[in-house]
Amino acid sequence: MTKTISNVNELQKLREQYKAAISQAKVRVLVCTGTGCVANGSLRVYEKLAEAARKRGLETSIEVLMKGEKEPLLLSKSGCHGFCQKGPLVRVEVSGTGREGSNTLYIHVKPEDADDIIESIIAGTVVERLLYRDLSTGQVYKSEEEIPFYRLQKRVTLEHCGKIDPEDIRDYIAHGGYSAVSKVLLETTPDEVVDLVSRSGLRGRGGGGFPTGKKWSFAKAAKGSPKYVICNGDEGDPGAFMDRSVMEGDPHRVLEGMIIAGYAIGASHGYVYVRAEYPLAVRRMRKAVDDARSFGLLGDNILGSGFSFDVTIREGAGAFVCGEETALIASIEGKRGMPRPRPPFPANCGVWGKPTVINNVETLANIPSIVLNGADWFRALGTPASGGCKTFALAGQVANTGLVEVPMGTTLRQVIFECGGGIRTGKKFKAAQIGGPSGGCLPESLLDLPLEYDTLTKVGAMVGSGGLVVMDESTCMVEVARFFMNFIQSESCGKCVPCREGTKQLLAILDKIIAGKATMEDLQLLEELALIVKDASLCGLGKTAPNPVLSTLKYFRDEYIAHVVNKRCPAGVCTALKEYYIDETKCRGCTLCARVCPVSAIKGEKGKPHQIDPSKCIKCGTCIQKCRFGAISVRS
Amino acid sequence: MITVDGVQVKLDGEKNLLEVISKAGINLPTFCYLSELSVYGACRMCMVDADGHLVPACSTPPVDGMNIKTNTDRIRKIRRTIIELLLANHDRECTSCERNGSCKLQAIAYQLGIDKVRFPQATMESPVDASSPSIVRNPNKCILCGDCVRMCREVQGMGVLDFQFRGSKAAVGPAFCKPLAEVDCTNCGQCVQVCPTGALSVKNDVPEVWAVLSEPDTFPVIQVAPAVRVALGEAFGLGKGKEVTGKIAAALRRLGFKRVFDTVFSADLTAVEETHELLGRLKDGGPFPLFTSCCPAWVKMLEMHYREYLGNLSSCMSPQQMLGSLIKNCLCEDVSREGKKVVVVSAMPCTAKKFEIRRAQFEESKPVDLVLTTSELARMIKEAGIDFEALEEAEFDEPFGTITGGGLLFGATGGVAEAVLRTAAVMLADEDAMKKIVFDEVRGLEGIREAEVTLAGNKLKVCIVNGLGNARKLLEQIKRGEKHYHVVEVMACPGGCAGGGGQPISQDPCVKKARISKIIGIDSAMKLRLPPENPAVKETYRRWLGEPGSQRAHECLHTWYGPRKRIAGESIAITGDETAKLSKGLKPVDVEVCVGTGCYLKGSYDVLKKLMENVNSNPDLVGRVNLKATFCLEHCDQGVSARINGKIVVGITPENVLEVLGKALKEA
Repeated sequence: MTKTISNVNELQKLREQYKAAISQAKVRVLVCTGTGCVANGSLRVYEKLAEAARKRGLETSIEVLMKGEKEPLLLSKSGCHGFCQKGPLVRVEVSGTGREGSNTLYIHVKPEDADDIIESIIAGTVVERLLYRDLSTGQVYKSEEEIPFYRLQKRVTLEHCGKIDPEDIRDYIAHGGYSAVSKVLLETTPDEVVDLVSRSGLRGRGGGGFPTGKKWSFAKAAKGSPKYVICNGDEGDPGAFMDRSVMEGDPHRVLEGMIIAGYAIGASHGYVYVRAEYPLAVRRMRKAVDDARSFGLLGDNILGSGFSFDVTIREGAGAFVCGEETALIASIEGKRGMPRPRPPFPANCGVWGKPTVINNVETLANIPSIVLNGADWFRALGTPASGGCKTFALAGQVANTGLVEVPMGTTLRQVIFECGGGIRTGKKFKAAQIGGPSGGCLPESLLDLPLEYDTLTKVGAMVGSGGLVVMDESTCMVEVARFFMNFIQSESCGKCVPCREGTKQLLAILDKIIAGKATMEDLQLLEELALIVKDASLCGLGKTAPNPVLSTLKYFRDEYIAHVVNKRCPAGVCTALKEYYIDETKCRGCTLCARVCPVSAIKGEKGKPHQIDPSKCIKCGTCIQKCRFGAISVRS
Repeated sequence: MITVDGVQVKLDGEKNLLEVISKAGINLPTFCYLSELSVYGACRMCMVDADGHLVPACSTPPVDGMNIKTNTDRIRKIRRTIIELLLANHDRECTSCERNGSCKLQAIAYQLGIDKVRFPQATMESPVDASSPSIVRNPNKCILCGDCVRMCREVQGMGVLDFQFRGSKAAVGPAFCKPLAEVDCTNCGQCVQVCPTGALSVKNDVPEVWAVLSEPDTFPVIQVAPAVRVALGEAFGLGKGKEVTGKIAAALRRLGFKRVFDTVFSADLTAVEETHELLGRLKDGGPFPLFTSCCPAWVKMLEMHYREYLGNLSSCMSPQQMLGSLIKNCLCEDVSREGKKVVVVSAMPCTAKKFEIRRAQFEESKPVDLVLTTSELARMIKEAGIDFEALEEAEFDEPFGTITGGGLLFGATGGVAEAVLRTAAVMLADEDAMKKIVFDEVRGLEGIREAEVTLAGNKLKVCIVNGLGNARKLLEQIKRGEKHYHVVEVMACPGGCAGGGGQPISQDPCVKKARISKIIGIDSAMKLRLPPENPAVKETYRRWLGEPGSQRAHECLHTWYGPRKRIAGESIAITGDETAKLSKGLKPVDVEVCVGTGCYLKGSYDVLKKLMENVNSNPDLVGRVNLKATFCLEHCDQGVSARINGKIVVGITPENVLEVLGKALKEA
């Protein structure tokens, strides 16, 4: 099955062969095998679909079609669609490669739905009950692209996710894969590539937003050899999974980006640093590297261009700080993942002390599209200051959660209320936490803010890796700040004092506030210390660690003051500030609550209204559950 | 040109802003910046305002035209907060701290006028590691500046200490959280020298010495190493590189020592014995190079990491052990002590000497009973209330008090080599060299120095190394066959004993140089400079030892070395205990095969594999063997070794292992 592609003609030939094979089938069925859908049982769905087809005497494999035989359907596994909430997802494409014409997306597919799906394909119908239904309007959508979640999206890096088999390099090639590499290696000089990327306005998608072209030009100009390209796949923000999706759903796109980066800066080797908690991404990246190598698209003299490039996969052990470039480099070198001061920057002194370009997965995944469609196309997608699109991981109390790739400059409101379908609970929107633990919480007044690097930084948040948590009015903002601070302080590498000791003390003050034991002096210290941690920390993790605190202080200071001065949690979340009380008019004095209270906090004579001693009450809620008269309530 | 707080400073190749700022007369506080180590950038104390941006001065390269402000409100606030943060997580029992008065954290907190810590004090619960004979680790005082980590790895090439855990749980410690005594620490004490607080300190043996001094039935004797006399004065504010030999002798008598001897005397003796060994090897054709053996940290490193070179080490004891041995073997015999027990204490610039006296080789003979570092000696003198500066100078006692300049040089890097060369000049009767005395070619401060010296027609290639990292570098070159020498002098500490781990701790980077210059200065002013011409040495041979290299000299002054495990640990069970139950009424046999580096390279995995195949299938063995893998049984030089029922068996191969096991089973 494997064969070497030694020039562009052979690449083109393979592309045509595979395309022809796919079009031998009337229908292509893609079962999502991204981590989310697999967890929901999609592998079983795949098996059942194959079984259902076999029962009807149908062959479903690409190898049969490659022999030129005609079959009614081709069954494939695909990568993540980003709509994991609705998984397992099954996409049915009708007629022709690319199949832009017609597709159907089935959601929440169960193994027992397999027969119906196969039957419907044979009959040329649709299984209505498995289609997406908008909860608020009741409207049913057939094709993936019509669904509101996808409508606003402009998928660049996620272009193939859910539409090709990520474990089959030929599928990628058939969908135009490696044509960017062939264009670059055979028709473009390294300088032209750097220039192209610079003009595209692409900025680092990992969080910092540093112009990618500029980074490449530094590494290109740097003295020293060999040079290296590192793909940063150490996606650590809680809830963010766009890099994982690309690595799982379209791994060759990442490799293509790396090869092009290598060509641009003069590197002959690359590392993909993936966290070990992404076993599927590790496996698919590894297979992609092996396949690309055996197809001659990695290794010596790629496509006869004279350019050689190879890639090694390195697994990270799951330290959040290893997403920071210098810590990541240390980790690749086998050292403890701790950041070091910059300068020198990796472009001059990176892995093994050599010039190194280190780009995030999503950044690299944009490169092939930029090469094929041009810098102007890419720049026009976004805003003048931030070209292209950005993927956000939409989570929290929003109707549709998942990955959305939208043009830079799309507003927060559009993402939350159009893609996301608004607040799930029907409650009022309160805040959007954007950028993960390094980001900030933005209030309703900033909903019309265009999402791009500089605007977000200005209001105290950041694009970060693109985590976007939507919160409704039942969320306590102090608790949100505490949550992220807890994460950061346990993930700090412990190297510099402000981050190691400072985040610990910030967390302690937040705990004090939540426990209702803080004073206004504590609040002042919280703010002062947060600013010092921001100013004085060594790396990006520490410098951005106080953002959740600072942004909530900026936009939700009232809530802090309510906790500190009034000892109240306005959202009613903080347990220590809750007060249980008995409504004397409703209490019949049945004594049940007093008997079930584990700490004997309830007193009262039989037949007379009871009272709760707040100094003893541990707020366990047992009394409320037991009271048959609805006499016990909580106030905060 | 750079502007620092309004003052113009000219740039002259400074590596970072910190150096430029200090040129402007401003000392920024730092914890993690040490010029001899890599820039770490962790303490953030040196944050400055550079053209409106806050940057750390230690890791920011100066750029022409920069405008630096070091004393803005913002920066002062940062500095003070960082100190408060550190103090809140620091064991603040300052009054009872070893480093009270010399602690950098204390000094900077005082300098910045910290009068309140706004953060709650953390509880101090980490256990203190006092397992090592030389170094005590108190994690509760560690501020994680990483100076020790970088010193141990970058300068000493050992990497015994490193960071562990994340976030606020981050800590510094040895591998697998083992005690220091159970890992490959060489006890050099350089970590103590760079520790800004009391997190790393020298094991305090002062109480033991006081006990000896107040015990009526003992006869306390002390010896003083060469490098102590040029450093002790620092502890009394006498300035760096001041010689206080006479005052030391006087102070020690005041403390109650009955005899005060000079280790320089035995350094002369070492030079004679070692030169005799060298000339013998020249005659016999090797083995070369002859490695010096005065430094116990170096010897331990070789035993753990380069056991194939143990045969190259000089068999001479270190001067400390030689003198102790002479006192106990010869002097005691010679002088009646009316039933009193002679206790030998030594005053050393060195922490590894505390380990050396506990080596198995000295377990019975115990040439030296207790070791005090220079700093501990200073503490005793202070505790006794002695006005050190006002002491009248006194002499060392005979018969071990007369010295030459050659022996004195042992206190600095290159000194042993020079003393040996001086001795060789005498022994080979090279008149010119004897007249010249000084061998400039071996002097200097570079980490690795080479020289070629011709003595009476014999070409001697000499190499001088200081710092264990450099020693490792050189060993690798020798291993690859790139370097060939007759003699290699190694001192584990940068600068040699003058920069020893037990010397007074100083923030002054020039202090080592001053001590070394002083040693060289004293030598050049001495009349007696050639070790073999030391009359006390001659007398020692006449009365007790006979000739250099004689049998008696060997009994008294020489020792041996052996492979040493790097890390202590339990054996790993290969076949579970349940497999080896009492079977056929026979007792099971414990077989622990060494899988340490040495045995691994000699094929211990194949031996283990063969055993594994057999203990599970061979009917004679099933259920009769507890098979385990173990780390280093310290017989690395004798092929694959195993411990069978507690007995070490060496020279095991996959071919003979079943036979060996069969024999053991029969015995059981």
